[in-house]
Amino acid sequence: MSTDTSRAAVPSRTAARRASSLLTSKPWLRLTLLLTAPLTWLVLVYVVALAALLVTALWSVDSFTGEITRSLTFDNIKEIATESLYRTVTLRTIGVAAAVTIIDIAIALPIAFYMAKIASRRMQRVLVIAVLTPLWASYLVKAFAWRSVLSDDGIFEWASSKIGMGTPGYGITAVIITQAYIWLPYVILPIFAGLERVPNSLLDASGDLGASAWQTLRTVVFPLLKPAIIAGSIFSFSLTLGDYITVNIVGGANQMLGNLVYTNVGAANNLPLAAAVALIPIVIMIGYLTAVRRTGALENL
Amino acid sequence: MRRTTHRRRALGALLASSALVALAACGGSDSGSAAEVPTKLGKMEGKVSILAWPGYVEDGSNDPKVDWVTAFEKETKCEVTSKTYGTSDEAFNLAKTGDYDVVVSSGDLTARMVASKEAVEVNTDLIPNYEKVFDFLKDQEWNTFDGKHYGVPHGYGANLLMYNEDEVSPAPTSWSAVFEPEEMAKYKGKITSYDSPIYIADAALYLMKHSPELGIKNPYALDDKQFAATIDLLKEQRKNVGEYWSDYLKEISAFETGDSVIGTTWQVIVNSIDTKKTKVKAVLPEEGATGWSDTWMISSQAKSPNCAYAWLNYIDSPQANAQATEYFGEAPNSKEACDFASDPGFCDSYKAGDEDFASKLWYWRTPVAECLDGRTDVECKDYSEWTKAWTEIKG
Repeated sequence: MSTDTSRAAVPSRTAARRASSLLTSKPWLRLTLLLTAPLTWLVLVYVVALAALLVTALWSVDSFTGEITRSLTFDNIKEIATESLYRTVTLRTIGVAAAVTIIDIAIALPIAFYMAKIASRRMQRVLVIAVLTPLWASYLVKAFAWRSVLSDDGIFEWASSKIGMGTPGYGITAVIITQAYIWLPYVILPIFAGLERVPNSLLDASGDLGASAWQTLRTVVFPLLKPAIIAGSIFSFSLTLGDYITVNIVGGANQMLGNLVYTNVGAANNLPLAAAVALIPIVIMIGYLTAVRRTGALENL
Repeated sequence: MRRTTHRRRALGALLASSALVALAACGGSDSGSAAEVPTKLGKMEGKVSILAWPGYVEDGSNDPKVDWVTAFEKETKCEVTSKTYGTSDEAFNLAKTGDYDVVVSSGDLTARMVASKEAVEVNTDLIPNYEKVFDFLKDQEWNTFDGKHYGVPHGYGANLLMYNEDEVSPAPTSWSAVFEPEEMAKYKGKITSYDSPIYIADAALYLMKHSPELGIKNPYALDDKQFAATIDLLKEQRKNVGEYWSDYLKEISAFETGDSVIGTTWQVIVNSIDTKKTKVKAVLPEEGATGWSDTWMISSQAKSPNCAYAWLNYIDSPQANAQATEYFGEAPNSKEACDFASDPGFCDSYKAGDEDFASKLWYWRTPVAECLDGRTDVECKDYSEWTKAWTEIKG
């Protein structure tokens, strides 16, 4: 590429023309030039980074000097596989991610259905904006807002005490509520997009043939919508899986996988163990993605 | 400062995570050359680069009223560049890059700096203001190694026991309020603790006073049996803890809203809590407490040693020291500094110079395998094991 462009840079029309004719006659060269930059980026940022993570997990840290010892050992992997701490935290993290995903889907379905099928064009646009607006606010602001809402003298306590309940306080419940709120737009949007693609005529036909509303939903809409729902769940599930800030803010004394990575990098200066812990959500996500690949949901992302 | 702390923490997290994927490509450069201890100062180099806790090197860019760097620059013609860090471990990694002439280190970092030859011996004769520093801060095991001074004291503070006066009665006088099961039960879910492995020392200090059969002599030197007992105590405490804090703003809000009513604290937090919302009080319990004492060190890779000496002298001057310690919220390093504080009650509220108070403090140290209390027949738990245990305690 460098020879071509440097020649083209010379203010000569023939050089530019020659370069252009070269590119026209050699499609493979055109393709190479076009794809090199994005492919390099993709490989460097995703593939190399993942490989580096894997290799780092196989290193160890000299506890005296704090230097990384670059000889391969499976100690870190063994540690996260055998110690009960990592099992407990992994199960807790998966539990939170699953709860967040289920809650988000349950809330997103009626909202998306209203947006796609019932609301007028004008209303639809307003609703899309309304769903997107929370994304403009900082994640931290939203998490801290929930911290104050759920606190002992917060609005949740004030409102729910009138019906004889109280705030759940800081803990796993608070984490689930906060995460479900924060990731909701990411679940609504794919489901909305999926519903828009379900033709209205199908719903009419189903009704004409005598199906009840519930039957139509269950046998017509839901099968068509399944890939979209799974696409949405990938967002909420994976985003929750890697989070550590919300837990810090509203999680009380609880930890999730992200916190273990954070303490190992920040406090313990143990990058290899942090890398090993970071592999857990990656493995979970690979399993999840492989399982949903068959449903065709990945084409919906 | 509140906002910058957050931003810096977020940035730190970002850097840390990107460092994780990029993986430490370059190892620490080894600087084995033992620098000669200078006996007189040369020409100022015109610039100095400083690595410090947030709020230690303020040039007015965070708050125009908070500025003690400009005066230094005018006086010495050394232009200051500074970088802040969030934990001692982060500081250690940054110091190893050799980009900094001066590093301020807490007691859990200094030993590591000296052992890895990142810090050099400092000739205190070249620092006239060193004389004014409280005697009980000098020649301590976290700033003097083998009889050599590796820096000058900055300030110190204690991890106190804070409680909500309306909710907690009778007023606690002992750490038993947060370590004894029957006392903790009264405030279950409203107890808060400092979120760092170094907090293990707080529990060890409690056992040192209440379980003499364990024979703990120094809360930073724990053998297997002592360590296990300490961890058990903390796991018991965990059941009653509402939340752990490391961000001091989080603790302020938790006490103001009543989500926490008792737990460890710093003086700066006590001063920051809105008394209209919550009446809090902090005490130094009868067992004493852990604390920190910071030291200004000069890097072995310093490119501007003369400016570095000038900075050490300047920041130890009563006026600059008063500004810096008052801004951060800790006791200054000299009696004279009290006169320069903007708040006349400053030294009283931080108990500066109160030797009785200071003698009850166990300053943060780095736990190492070679026991800090001098025992040679056993091996102590080092900091990496403390860190591992800490994640286990939180579960």
